Amino acid sequence: MTDLLIELFSEEIPARMQLRAANDLKKLVTDGMVEAGLTYASAAAFSTPRRLTLTVEGMLDASPTTTEERKGPKADAPEKAIDGFLRGAGLTRDDLIERETLKGNILFAKITKPGRPAADIVAEVLEKTIRTFPWPKSMRWGNGTLKWVRPLHSILCITSAEDGATIVPLDVDGIISGDQTQGHRFLSPTAFSVTSFDDYTTKLKSAHVVLDPQERADAIWHDATTQAFANGLEVVEDAGLLAEVAGLVEWPVVLMGTIDEDFLGLPPEVLQTSMREHQKFFSVRNPKTGRIEQFITVANRTTADNGATILAGNQKVLSARLADAKFFWENDLRVAKAGMDEWLKSLENVTFHNKLGTQAELVNRMATLARELAPAVGADPEMAEKAARLAKADLSSEMVYEFPELQGLMGRYYIEASGEDAAIASAAEEHYAPLGPSDDVPTAPVSVAVSLAEKIDKLTGFWAIDEKPTGSKDPFALRRAALGIIRILVENNQSSSLFASARKGFEAHGVEFFDERDDDDYTGMEFLANLLSFIHDRLKVYLKDQGIRHDIIDACIAMPNNDDINLLVKRARALSETLKTDDGENLIQGFKRANKMLSAEEEKDGVEYSYGADIKFAETDEERSLFAALDTAEAEIKPAMDAQDFATAMSAMATLRAPIDAFFEAVQINSDNPTVRRNRLNLLSRIRTICSSVADLTKIEG
Amino acid sequence: MNSTTPRSFQEIILRLQAYWASKGCAILQPYDMEVGAGTFHPATTLRSLGSNPWAAAYVQPSRRPTDGRYGENPNRLQHYYQYQVLIKPSPPELQALYLGSLEAIGVDMDLHDIRFVEDDWESPTLGAWGLGWEVWCDGMEVSQFTYFQQVGGHDCTPVSGELTYGLERLAMYILECDHVMDMPFNDPDATIPLKYGDIFKQTEEEYARWNFDVANTDVLLRHFVEAEAECEAILSHAFDDPKTGKRIIMVHPAYDQAIKASHIFNLLDARGVISVTERQAYIGRVRTLSKQCADAFVQTRAGGYIEAAE
Repeated sequence: MTDLLIELFSEEIPARMQLRAANDLKKLVTDGMVEAGLTYASAAAFSTPRRLTLTVEGMLDASPTTTEERKGPKADAPEKAIDGFLRGAGLTRDDLIERETLKGNILFAKITKPGRPAADIVAEVLEKTIRTFPWPKSMRWGNGTLKWVRPLHSILCITSAEDGATIVPLDVDGIISGDQTQGHRFLSPTAFSVTSFDDYTTKLKSAHVVLDPQERADAIWHDATTQAFANGLEVVEDAGLLAEVAGLVEWPVVLMGTIDEDFLGLPPEVLQTSMREHQKFFSVRNPKTGRIEQFITVANRTTADNGATILAGNQKVLSARLADAKFFWENDLRVAKAGMDEWLKSLENVTFHNKLGTQAELVNRMATLARELAPAVGADPEMAEKAARLAKADLSSEMVYEFPELQGLMGRYYIEASGEDAAIASAAEEHYAPLGPSDDVPTAPVSVAVSLAEKIDKLTGFWAIDEKPTGSKDPFALRRAALGIIRILVENNQSSSLFASARKGFEAHGVEFFDERDDDDYTGMEFLANLLSFIHDRLKVYLKDQGIRHDIIDACIAMPNNDDINLLVKRARALSETLKTDDGENLIQGFKRANKMLSAEEEKDGVEYSYGADIKFAETDEERSLFAALDTAEAEIKPAMDAQDFATAMSAMATLRAPIDAFFEAVQINSDNPTVRRNRLNLLSRIRTICSSVADLTKIEG
Repeated sequence: MNSTTPRSFQEIILRLQAYWASKGCAILQPYDMEVGAGTFHPATTLRSLGSNPWAAAYVQPSRRPTDGRYGENPNRLQHYYQYQVLIKPSPPELQALYLGSLEAIGVDMDLHDIRFVEDDWESPTLGAWGLGWEVWCDGMEVSQFTYFQQVGGHDCTPVSGELTYGLERLAMYILECDHVMDMPFNDPDATIPLKYGDIFKQTEEEYARWNFDVANTDVLLRHFVEAEAECEAILSHAFDDPKTGKRIIMVHPAYDQAIKASHIFNLLDARGVISVTERQAYIGRVRTLSKQCADAFVQTRAGGYIEAAE
């Protein structure tokens, strides 16, 4: 058994790529080894800004010798054929064995593949790995053609066993493998040799390199929170930033500094965004006031002055950045307090999409739509319209120009500053939501109206110009918009006709509807149907994530009013719950049996049995019980359905299971008496009618 | 090597010149046209193309009209200086050479935190991209460090290493100035000591006013179209000069027009008369010019073209 250590030492690897690259290195090398027969006990990969490292433990010294038997020609085959086989297998006649088979005597060759030394396999696999490494972006340098994320300087590749370490020889475009590496660029730049992974990590640590990114992240977080705590403050959590910062340093040193008093009046989000985006600083908050008062920066080294110079430099840079932010904030507030007309005007010059007009036109459409949607969602129409008109104003502000990720949020601040109602200000912030599947949906009525208006306008607009998402391409995030509509409606329990609002959206984009008059000009209706089916597809994904089967959704989509998403979801949830019960699951079988038999007989007889069964023709108790059960169920289901109380309707339906089962058990449908037979088929028809009023159960699988 | 701290803006420039000269670079002079960055100097854009080795360093006055702040912002200027180094092929020790230049201008490597932070470079108007970093000193970006991969739509083989120093910001840091206008330009002990503001405060005000509010956009739009047409017209001439009988491809004169178009576009942008959609179209037009110049340059001797033996 041997251990393997590989280090690929390069110029600084982008932080965001390191983790993935370490995993890729591990996977590619170990997969390649295993494929060549070189198994191992364990492997782990690490990264720093300048290195990718892989350690493999308990690796075989060589791949095992393998033998395989290859079937050749028949023993009595012509010499030529046998010679050909021998040449192909690289064997002589003596290597062949003759064996009796069902097809006669056949020659077999025994081919022995000798195992290969681990070093040979590793060298081969590593070279291939380096040459085909899946960097998101790679580059050439100097005169070479080799590609790596940044210039690759050295390859450390050794195997180590109890008797010492051996270099695995490798030459990749002139980069020759060895047993040396370097420490920290500034603190310990001298090269040194290593003999094993333990020796490597120990020597790296004394050369000011912490190899494990998780260890660096933990150390940073520990020091940051400790320093903040000592000052009665808390660090604002930011896992993404922590991972990034851990990828920017080999020897993390946490330094905490103060934000100049001048800037503490800026909105905390502005401070935080500016510090994170530009400086990779953590924000440090005063829990008593909620204000961000300090920052944490992570240096890559210790210094004789304990980081004083570094901290002072960082502080100075921050002040310059925040001076900019403050400049934007103050300029923006001036415009906001004057009513934002300047911004609204300039939206006329900003293209939303070249076929869908300017942002100002978008805002007009949103305003009309929001006004129309308002009553249904419980918002004041005037307010909803106003909110929509102001929702995009901040796109013209200087702050959003500088920090696009603050759009919406700045809108809220500026609209508040302009003296508008808080609900209108919130709508500006919330109308983009939900941005991700776990993002909160707006719940305030005005925000809901504006958010729906924005998304409906977007979907209908891109549908009207035929820019629908295809495959993995969804450049305008239309899937997200559709999911947003679904979630807003469902999570706010809003039942409404999507057809009606989408039609208004389409009309605002100039799509014409002649639905009452002219069958030939149905573009609008086609758009609507197509968009609805797109939304249904998103709904399927949404519900599937909640554990609701696709056939259940299909059964509900097949029902009327399927453009009421909230209704649809309620129905699907109730049906899903019902099907989880024993009665529910068996009822489906009963329903299907009834439906199948009925359909077959209807086809045979060329009639539809929907006349209404009469209990007076019932011959058995089971038949009479089913009549009674159907009457009871119907009496419960109808009002429940009218009240959209699907749970009640469906549990009433599920009670039919026993009587239906008993009925089929006891009764022969195809009675010799035609009257009785017709009556029984009409009874089956009642089952179908009642069950089908709940959902299209024919769609249920199984 | 001079390990003392420099005392003026110009001393930093002089030290960089001396340092890169000592490393074998040709010290060129600024290009005599308005450009947005040192990269536009033909010593970078054009010379990064083709197979001929190259090593040059120079100061380039650069103009970014939208960055004007009437000289009030501590470090934002519409006219500033870049220091540019281009070495082809990029030497393996380029990072070390770069760090040596920081030491040469007085950055104490034992006290500061120097970091190479991912920053991929792309110039849509030059049809160029490369990978590299912005170099941070104590959290401040002091340089751009790029390995050119493509310029003017052509793959760079060999690859050039490009270093760009934002001189004012770097100097302010080293000289510990909080406001660029307070920075000593020449030796503070000189008989006539001049601060950066003595030289540039007034010009920043003048240009900011002109850039933002006064520049005649009709004239600029016309100049843009003219420069574009002239660039294409120049390149449409046959390679062989009928008068001398020599192969003379007029790449540099054509490229001057491309630079001109690019700068006019920047001015129009600062005047706020270019909408978002138009913006892309203008950038595309400048890129087309850059690409045509690159196409032509690789047909020249300097661009690695080898004339067939007579």
